[in-house]
Amino acid sequence: MKIGRGELFTGRALLVVLMVFTVLPFISIFMTALHPSGTVPGGLDWPAHPQWNNFVEAFKVANMSTLIVSSVRIVLMVVPIALVISTMAGFAIGLLRIPGSGLLLTLFVFGLTLPFQGIIIPIYILERALHIYNTKVAIALPLIALYMPFGVFWMRAHFVNMPIEISEAARVDGATIWNLFRRIHLPLAQAPIASLGILMSIWTWNQFLLALVLVEDPTQRTMAGALGAFQGHYATNVPLLCAGTIIILVPTLLVFVLFQRQIIKALLQGAVKG
Amino acid sequence: MTPDNQPATLSVSRRTRTKNRVRRDVFVGWMYVLPALFMYAVFVLVPFLLTIFYSFHRWNGVGPMTWVGLKNYATVFTVPDLIGTIFHAFWLVVWFSFIPVGLGLVVASVINRIAQGKFGEVARTFLFLPYVIPLIAAGIIWGWLFSLSGLINQFLSLIGLGSITRAWLGDFNWALSAVGIIGIWVLLGFCTVLLSTGISKIDPALYEAARIDGSDWFSEFFAITIPLLKQEISVCLTVTVILALATFDIVYVATAGGPGNATSVPGLQIYILAFAQRNIGVASALAVLLMLLVIVIILPIQRLNRESKI
Repeated sequence: MKIGRGELFTGRALLVVLMVFTVLPFISIFMTALHPSGTVPGGLDWPAHPQWNNFVEAFKVANMSTLIVSSVRIVLMVVPIALVISTMAGFAIGLLRIPGSGLLLTLFVFGLTLPFQGIIIPIYILERALHIYNTKVAIALPLIALYMPFGVFWMRAHFVNMPIEISEAARVDGATIWNLFRRIHLPLAQAPIASLGILMSIWTWNQFLLALVLVEDPTQRTMAGALGAFQGHYATNVPLLCAGTIIILVPTLLVFVLFQRQIIKALLQGAVKG
Repeated sequence: MTPDNQPATLSVSRRTRTKNRVRRDVFVGWMYVLPALFMYAVFVLVPFLLTIFYSFHRWNGVGPMTWVGLKNYATVFTVPDLIGTIFHAFWLVVWFSFIPVGLGLVVASVINRIAQGKFGEVARTFLFLPYVIPLIAAGIIWGWLFSLSGLINQFLSLIGLGSITRAWLGDFNWALSAVGIIGIWVLLGFCTVLLSTGISKIDPALYEAARIDGSDWFSEFFAITIPLLKQEISVCLTVTVILALATFDIVYVATAGGPGNATSVPGLQIYILAFAQRNIGVASALAVLLMLLVIVIILPIQRLNRESKI
């Protein structure tokens, strides 16, 4: 292969510049978070006396322990239910191919193009009428529904590619649809279900608009929703704000680094098949 | 499982039994779809229709509702602050969509050409990081970077451009583009990784043949990479255009629509109209226009996708 030295240099330089562009913002808020609370430091100054205590203080004033419990509870409400019902629907549409499958799929895929803002007002009014406004359930129910387009679409893509012989053999042996689903196809679908679960957990953790509109009490919100309230209170205390932001984004980075392969695969395949 | 699969010589009784079984299977199959369909209908489809319904009424959310026909739409189109949000959204499409996709194409092809090993892998992982953090955290981080004493101004002073430093997100001319830069930061990695995966599926023999002919990066890029990546490019455009038009989180924390209305976008304006001003009708009209806009822009991109498959 003939690649000139000039090109090699230019290419590498471009990649390095873009990596710096990506990472510097993280480094900047990290350094800022270590400055004395209430001061306004420069963007990239290592403090003379790093204030590690800022993280503790942000954790306390933002009521972080309550928030983490609240967020985890919302995730635990949303993700299992969303996984079960989208897997079942994907199974019926992709594998059983019930009459009307094409129409159902189109209906669900339509939801992929809908911005949340397009439906948030009626959801708010509906939840007030149902008296679930301002509770964790108020965030959980619409989130489950909003994950259906991607969830059903993603699980269908898995089931539609399963060889038909497996199901036919089982049916000839007299297996009911439930057994076909529970004993044969669910174990085979573990990988796509796991990827979907990781994605839905991150999306729930990061969800802001629903939390902002549907829950007034920040301690009942998702992490991102609570960060919004925290920013409102501590907008002028830059080091503390940066410390709080880091606490809230570190879990997402950790999950990403741990499950990088599944996350990227799920996002990309989901996108490409769309 | 369908009747067509059965041999033609079935006795009548067996045929009825098969028919019954098929009918039962269809019923059971629909039971599997029902929970998902129910949730989706109650919390997505019905609200979607209600938004359209509200958009023809004047309503404060609690009192009586008055039919006003298309008046709310007329309001959106004639009040500069409202129609302005749509133009802002278009400008953001350039930053959130065109630049990340274009730059992502360049980066992906550079990785493919010179950094297929560990270095390329690391570069892709790094660039992807901002995509997984909450958008609101991205807004807070850049709100700080763009501030008077923030990193951007520090850097500008360092390279001798101290005279142009300012509070970027508070500047009438620059705030919206500064928001756009946040969009590049968040979306560049997503586009790069998606396009990079696409390139890895292109037959390497094509690139080798081109290189034996001594073709440089430019000819390779325009003759092989772009034409064969049409599907991935259209997916990238679809995802990023929707994000650009429907931006909310980033603007809400970084600028709250200011200074003045310089960075107000439809998503934010819907929120303010509905939940601060209790003007459900106009908010819904703007929401309907936003959804229409998304579909009108997405459809031609999807057509590009379909053509590329033939």
